[in-house]
Amino acid sequence: MFGELTDRLDDVFRKLKGHGTLTEKNIKDSLREIRRALLEADVNFKIVKKFIKDVEAKAIGVEVLKSLQPGHQVVKIVHEELIKLMGDNQLKIRLYDNKITKIMMVGLQGSGKTTTCSKLANYFRKKSNAKPVMVACDVYRPAAIHQLQVLGKGLNVPVISDESTKDVIKIADSAMKYADKNMLNLAIFDTAGRLQIDKEMMKEVRDLKKFLKPDFIFFVADAMTGQEAVNVAKEFNEQLEISGVILTKMDGDARGGAALSIKAVTDKPISFIGTGENPNDIEEFYPDRMASRILGMGDILSFIEKAEETIDAKKAEKLAERLKKNKFTFSDFLDQLHQIQKMGPLEQIMGMIPGMNTKALKDVKVDPKEIKHIEAIIYSMTLREREKPELINGQRRLRISKGSGTSVQEVNRLLKQFSQMKKMMKKFNNPKMLKRMYRSR
Amino acid sequence: MFGFVKNLKKKLAKTKNNFIGKIAEAINLRGKVDEELMEQLEEILIQSDIGVDQSIDIIDKLREEIRFHKITETEVVRESLEKIMADMLIEDYADTEVFNINKSPFIILFIGVNGVGKTTTIGKLAKRFKNEGKSVLMIAADTFRAAAIEQLVIWSERANVDIMKQQHGSDPSSVVFDGLNMAKKRGYDVVLIDTAGRQHNRANLMNELGKIDRTIKKIFPDGADETLLVVDATTGQNAITQAKTFNETIKLSGLVLTKLDGTSKGGIIFGIKHKLGIPVKLIGVGEQVEDLQDFNVTEFTKAIFEK
Repeated sequence: MFGELTDRLDDVFRKLKGHGTLTEKNIKDSLREIRRALLEADVNFKIVKKFIKDVEAKAIGVEVLKSLQPGHQVVKIVHEELIKLMGDNQLKIRLYDNKITKIMMVGLQGSGKTTTCSKLANYFRKKSNAKPVMVACDVYRPAAIHQLQVLGKGLNVPVISDESTKDVIKIADSAMKYADKNMLNLAIFDTAGRLQIDKEMMKEVRDLKKFLKPDFIFFVADAMTGQEAVNVAKEFNEQLEISGVILTKMDGDARGGAALSIKAVTDKPISFIGTGENPNDIEEFYPDRMASRILGMGDILSFIEKAEETIDAKKAEKLAERLKKNKFTFSDFLDQLHQIQKMGPLEQIMGMIPGMNTKALKDVKVDPKEIKHIEAIIYSMTLREREKPELINGQRRLRISKGSGTSVQEVNRLLKQFSQMKKMMKKFNNPKMLKRMYRSR
Repeated sequence: MFGFVKNLKKKLAKTKNNFIGKIAEAINLRGKVDEELMEQLEEILIQSDIGVDQSIDIIDKLREEIRFHKITETEVVRESLEKIMADMLIEDYADTEVFNINKSPFIILFIGVNGVGKTTTIGKLAKRFKNEGKSVLMIAADTFRAAAIEQLVIWSERANVDIMKQQHGSDPSSVVFDGLNMAKKRGYDVVLIDTAGRQHNRANLMNELGKIDRTIKKIFPDGADETLLVVDATTGQNAITQAKTFNETIKLSGLVLTKLDGTSKGGIIFGIKHKLGIPVKLIGVGEQVEDLQDFNVTEFTKAIFEK
C-alpha cells in the first residue's frame, strides 16, 4: 500500500541526506520530487499544489535543529502536513442502543459498496455487538441482490430485498419494519452504483436519503481512483452531504493519492479502509498511521493490532525475548509461520512492518503452497539443526531435501532467506532504528 | 461512419469539454504564448490522468514546435497541441489491428482488478456477437465473488447465449476446461471467459490466472485469441502498474477501458500503448450494449479533437 510513493520519497531524502543544512535550494529540489511523487500517486493536482506550498513555507522558515539531519526535518514537516491533509478529525461512530442506526452506502459502479456492506455488518457485530440487517437497494445491477444475499448468508446476517419492485423506498420501508419487529439495531443500505452526473440516479438516492434520514452516509471510493476522485467525491458530497468515506481495494498497490484528494475536497473523514475480499478485511483509517506509511515508516500500529487479535500472547512474549537476544531459530520460524498464516495473506502483513514495505518486499512474494514447502523443509530438519542452522552442510541439505520432497536448491534458498531475515531482525533491535520510528510519531 | 463519429462525440462530451475545453480556456485567458501558459497546459494534461512523464513529453514537444515555427498566436498553440496529441495517438496505434474475429472458436479471456466491469463487458459483447449472427459461449470462471455467476447467467439470458458454469467456489480452471471442451465439441464462433477480479500484487491469485492460461492452452494450444485487461477509466496511474503486472503473468493483447462516459479523464489512453505497447481495443461509453465500442484511433481522435 502506498509502496511506490514511499520508494520515491526515500530516494528524495537519500539525496537530501548529504546536505548539512536546510537551504531554500535543497528544499525546492526535494519538494519538486515530492510534487512529482504525489502527482504520480494520483493526488489531485490542485491539492498537490497547495500541499507543496504549505510545506515549502514551513520548511524554509524552520531553523535546522542540530540534532536532526535536514532530511529528517523535511520528512517531519511533510509527515505532519500529510496528517493534516488527511484529516485529524475522525468520525466517531456510535450505534444507538434502543433504536435503529441507519447506514447508507453510495458511490460509483464497481467501487465495492456491496462487499463493504457485509464487511461493516460484520465489523459492527464484532465490535459493538450490533444486530445488523442488510438492505438490497441496488435494484439495477444484475444479481446485485443475490450477491448481498449470499454475503448475508455467509455471515448469518438477514438481508431484506424485493425483486418484484424497483422502488427502493418501498424496500427500505419494509426493511425498517423488519428491523423494528426483530429488535435489530443496525440497518445497512446497499445502493446501486451511479455516476455522479446521472441526474435521474442521483435523484433516486437523494429521495432515499430524504425518506430514511440515515445516521451515516458513506461514500465508497476505490483507492485506485485517479484525478477524477475530487470531482466524484465533491458531487456526491454536495448532493448527499456524506458523513465519511470508505476507501476500498487498499490491498492493491495503488499509491492511493485519492485518499488525500477526497479528504481535502469534501472535508469529510476517511473512516474505514477495505483491505481484501473477505468479510474481516476492513480496518479503521488512521491518518497518522497512513502518513507514516507513506513516508516509509511502516504501519507498525496496525500490525500490532492485527497481531494482537490473532497471536497467542504468551508465545509472542517469548518470541520478543528471543528476538531481542537475536536467538531466532527455525523452530521459532515455524511457530511464526503458523501464527502469521492465521493473520491473513503474507504480503499484506509484511507490508505493515516498517522498513519492509519498500523495495525489499517486492522480491518476497510468498504464496500458500510455498509455505507448505517451507514447513516440510523445516520438519525434515533435526531439532538440533533447527536451533543451529549453521550446522547444515551439503550432506544434511541433501537429506533434508529428500526428506521434504523438495530440491537442494529450495533448501538452500530457505537457508539464505532465513539468514537474511535474521539480519533484518537485527536491524529492528537496533536502537537507532527504533528511535527513528518513535520520532516520526 | 460520419454519424458514428458524431455519436461518439456526444458520448465523450464530458472528456472533450473537460479536456479540450480547459485547454481552450487556459489559452484564451492567458492570451499570450509564454512559459506560464506551458505550465498551465501541462497541469491540464496531468489532471486528465495522462501521467506526469507523458504530459511533460507532450509539452516539451509543444515548446519545440513553438520555437521552431516561432509561434506567437495562441490559437496556433492550441492547434499544434491538439495535433501533437492526435499524432502521438495515431502513431502509437499505427500497427494495431482492431478487434477482429477471424477464426472459430475465437477465445477471449477477460481479466482485471475488482469492480472494473468485466462481467458487464462480457454481457454486452455477447449480445453484440449474437446480433451479428455468431454463436456465443460464456464461461463463468469467476467462482469467487458472491453472485458473480448469477450475474453472468442473467446476461446470458438477456443475450440468449449459452453459458458454462459450475457452483460457487469451484476451481476456475476446471470451469474453463469444461467450457472449452464443450466449445470444441459444439463449435461456437466466440467464447467469452469471465474471471474473478484480483489485485495484481496478490501472488496466489495471479498464479491462479497462470493456471487458467495453461488450461486454455491444454485444449487450444495457441491459447486465448485475445486476452483483454479490463480497466476502469477513472483509475489513475495505477492502471499502468496493473497492465504491466498482469502482462507479466499472462500476455495481454489489449485493454478494455470501461466507464469512459462518466469521467472526464481516461487520459490513460494516451500513455498505455506508448509505455507498454498494449493497445486499447474496446471502450465503454455508456450503459447500452452499443456503447461498448471498438477503439478506433481515427474516430476517437476525431471525436475528441474535432470541433
